Amino acid sequence: MTEQIDKALAREYEAGFVSNVESETFMPGLDEDVIRRISAMKNEPEWMLEWRLSAFREWLEMDEPDWALVDYPKIDFQSISYYSAPKSMKDKPKSLDEVDPELLRTYEKLGIPLIEQQMLAGVAVDAVFDSVSVVTTFREKLEEAGVIFCSISEALHKYPDLVRKYIGSVVPKKDNYYAALNCAVFTDGSFVYIPKGTRCPMELSTYFRINEQNTGQFERTLIVADEGSHVSYLEGCTAPQRDENQLHAAVVELVALDNAEIKYSTVQNWYPGDENGKGGIYNFVTKRGICHTNAKISWTQVETGSSVTWKYPSCILKGDNSVGEFYSVALTRGRQQADTGTKMIHLGKNTKSTIISKGISAGRSNNSYRGLVRMNPGAQGARNYTQCDSLLIGDQCGAHTFPYVESRNPSAIVEHEATTSKVSDEQLFLCRQRGLDPEKAVSMIVNGFCKEVFKELPMEFAVEAGKLLEISLEGSVG
Amino acid sequence: MSNTKSLLTIKDLHASVEEKQIIKGLSLDIKPGEVHAIMGPNGAGKSTLGYVLSGRDGYHVESGSVTLNGDDLLAMETEERARAGLFLAFQYPVEIPGVSNLEFLKAAVDAQRQARGEDSITSADFLKEAKAACKQVNLPVSFLKRGVNEGFSGGEKKRNELMQMLLLKPKLCILDETDSGLDIDALQVVAEGVNSQRSDDRSFIVVTHYQRLLDYIKPDFVHVLSGGKIVKSGDASLALELEAQGYAWLQNEPAEDELEG
Ligand SMILES: Nc1ncnc2c1ncn2[C@@H]1O[C@H](COP(=O)(O)OP(=O)(O)OP(=O)(O)O)[C@@H](O)[C@H]1O
Ligand SMILES: [Mg+2]
Repeated sequence: MTEQIDKALAREYEAGFVSNVESETFMPGLDEDVIRRISAMKNEPEWMLEWRLSAFREWLEMDEPDWALVDYPKIDFQSISYYSAPKSMKDKPKSLDEVDPELLRTYEKLGIPLIEQQMLAGVAVDAVFDSVSVVTTFREKLEEAGVIFCSISEALHKYPDLVRKYIGSVVPKKDNYYAALNCAVFTDGSFVYIPKGTRCPMELSTYFRINEQNTGQFERTLIVADEGSHVSYLEGCTAPQRDENQLHAAVVELVALDNAEIKYSTVQNWYPGDENGKGGIYNFVTKRGICHTNAKISWTQVETGSSVTWKYPSCILKGDNSVGEFYSVALTRGRQQADTGTKMIHLGKNTKSTIISKGISAGRSNNSYRGLVRMNPGAQGARNYTQCDSLLIGDQCGAHTFPYVESRNPSAIVEHEATTSKVSDEQLFLCRQRGLDPEKAVSMIVNGFCKEVFKELPMEFAVEAGKLLEISLEGSVG
Repeated sequence: MSNTKSLLTIKDLHASVEEKQIIKGLSLDIKPGEVHAIMGPNGAGKSTLGYVLSGRDGYHVESGSVTLNGDDLLAMETEERARAGLFLAFQYPVEIPGVSNLEFLKAAVDAQRQARGEDSITSADFLKEAKAACKQVNLPVSFLKRGVNEGFSGGEKKRNELMQMLLLKPKLCILDETDSGLDIDALQVVAEGVNSQRSDDRSFIVVTHYQRLLDYIKPDFVHVLSGGKIVKSGDASLALELEAQGYAWLQNEPAEDELEG
């Protein structure tokens, strides 16, 4: 069976094509001058530049973390280019008609048509290509509702006070090595503001695409849901198939003010590298949200790509009765390595968190869940429920669980359940005996395993995620 | 002997699992519409025969031949055999958590239709058929939504196997102790399910330890499988004889290698 699995897993990465777009790219290298140039390219206010530079100085003093269960050669930060933008973006297009058709074709090929008539009804998209936001759709409709959805560069000009108030408020500049680097060199990303009492009229979505070679992508997303508002946000990502590793170090900050709710879903399909571990994206991402009183933040992620993933979407449950959720499916195959999980920091009274993590390992991959649940002294009556399931396909892969619990309030309740199972020969045989081919059988079994997480995804995404899993597993047994 | 074409022909089959020979020269011929009961002591190789016929990984055919409808069954992949009309109701049905019975069965039915060059069945039509099948095997319709065999009781699992058979409409049904672990009422439900499916172009291999089932499903032939081959064949009366006398009287000639352990 293992041999068949290996054969099957050796399938091609569908989003691996390179777009022929003329780009303006910085020479590789990182120093204060590069940061000044990034800031100048974006015409940023002085305070932003200062903020970047202070983050850079902090970063220089920091060490790359080595506690995750991932193994990769040391990254040479001087060999990376920190800015790349399609030339056609120089004078930012005002409408879709002005966008380079090659760019539109790229997104269409990825299944994300940016022409509004062809788009999924009810999903507004911000498309980020290498370092810049290409286009944001459905803006007028959103503006009517008072919702701000634009690139963060644009927000810096149009809504500087909002950005200044919240940027770095959830993930401090020197939070960790990659976050500090991101603060220094981030190029673009999405900004969302939902006004008080507003239910965002449609799903918001950002689609990240790395195209240029030797380019790092450092995007920053900031979502602020004002009191009593509600928003559902989706994030998707792909990259071309290249032999070199590429670095992706994003920061996402969510602010849910009193009674607000943010649902943040990710389908991550960065290029995972080939069967021997050559190439692929290093995905070192910091995602964190803060919940004020009665607020709720729900992270749902489906991670199938990247050669190395280091990612812990977290919630700081600051306000009383606030709720944090983390639903995760992480699939690794080939030589992929994923170390992912969450942190739930309970500060307020009666705060509640739920963690459902489903790790699927195939090939010679390694998949780790790492989660921290902290009950602070003030977290009277707080509760956490963690369920951590691992599914192994074949016998050369690894699944690991690292749950950390720190409880400093005796009234807090922390529950943890963990299981490890295999796609068994019996299950495969049953499926095949009923006429299903082995690939369909495996994807069905895996989908069943992930059901609790998929049901948290918005409809359109749930279907996508199921398909993505099916593609990722294609030929996984033969 | 009628001269209708055989549905299944097994000739001098030898098969092993984990290097251990289990099937040791088994021959059997089944014509369309016939019901063959296979009885025999524990460990005789009855389940193994079902696995070998359906092509389970790890079960190796050493020699002999098997044809289904004249085609070389042993040359087909497991799923191709299923699509050619071979169905195995498992002695110990396995669970597939999170995959609903309905979704699983529709995928199976569609895979088989596709293999015949037919379109997928519409969800509405399938739901109708599935509900009817539930009713026939006396399972609440809510079982369609539950994970395949997930948390089903022993008897419910067996009825679920039968439901799958009703929906897949196979040509050759191998029922491996579908009657064991059933209460009296369920036994009747299973028997009625099988009888309702008996037709000129569908055959059954019914593996059972109990003559009781054969009161309800009247077999055309009864075979005794022992030590990896068929040691005696007869009509329905053979089952009664076995019930009265056990298997010992048939085993006066144990195969030599069995003595070696
Ligand atoms: N994977 C295996 N490895 C070793 N021996 C096996 C394996 N599978 C089956 N056997 C052996 O093959 C023999 C036949 O088993 P099988 O399950 O076919 O018997 P059976 O006739 O169905 O018995 P029962 O009436 O108890 O269901 C047994 O001795 C069993 O231990
Ligand atoms: Mg048996």
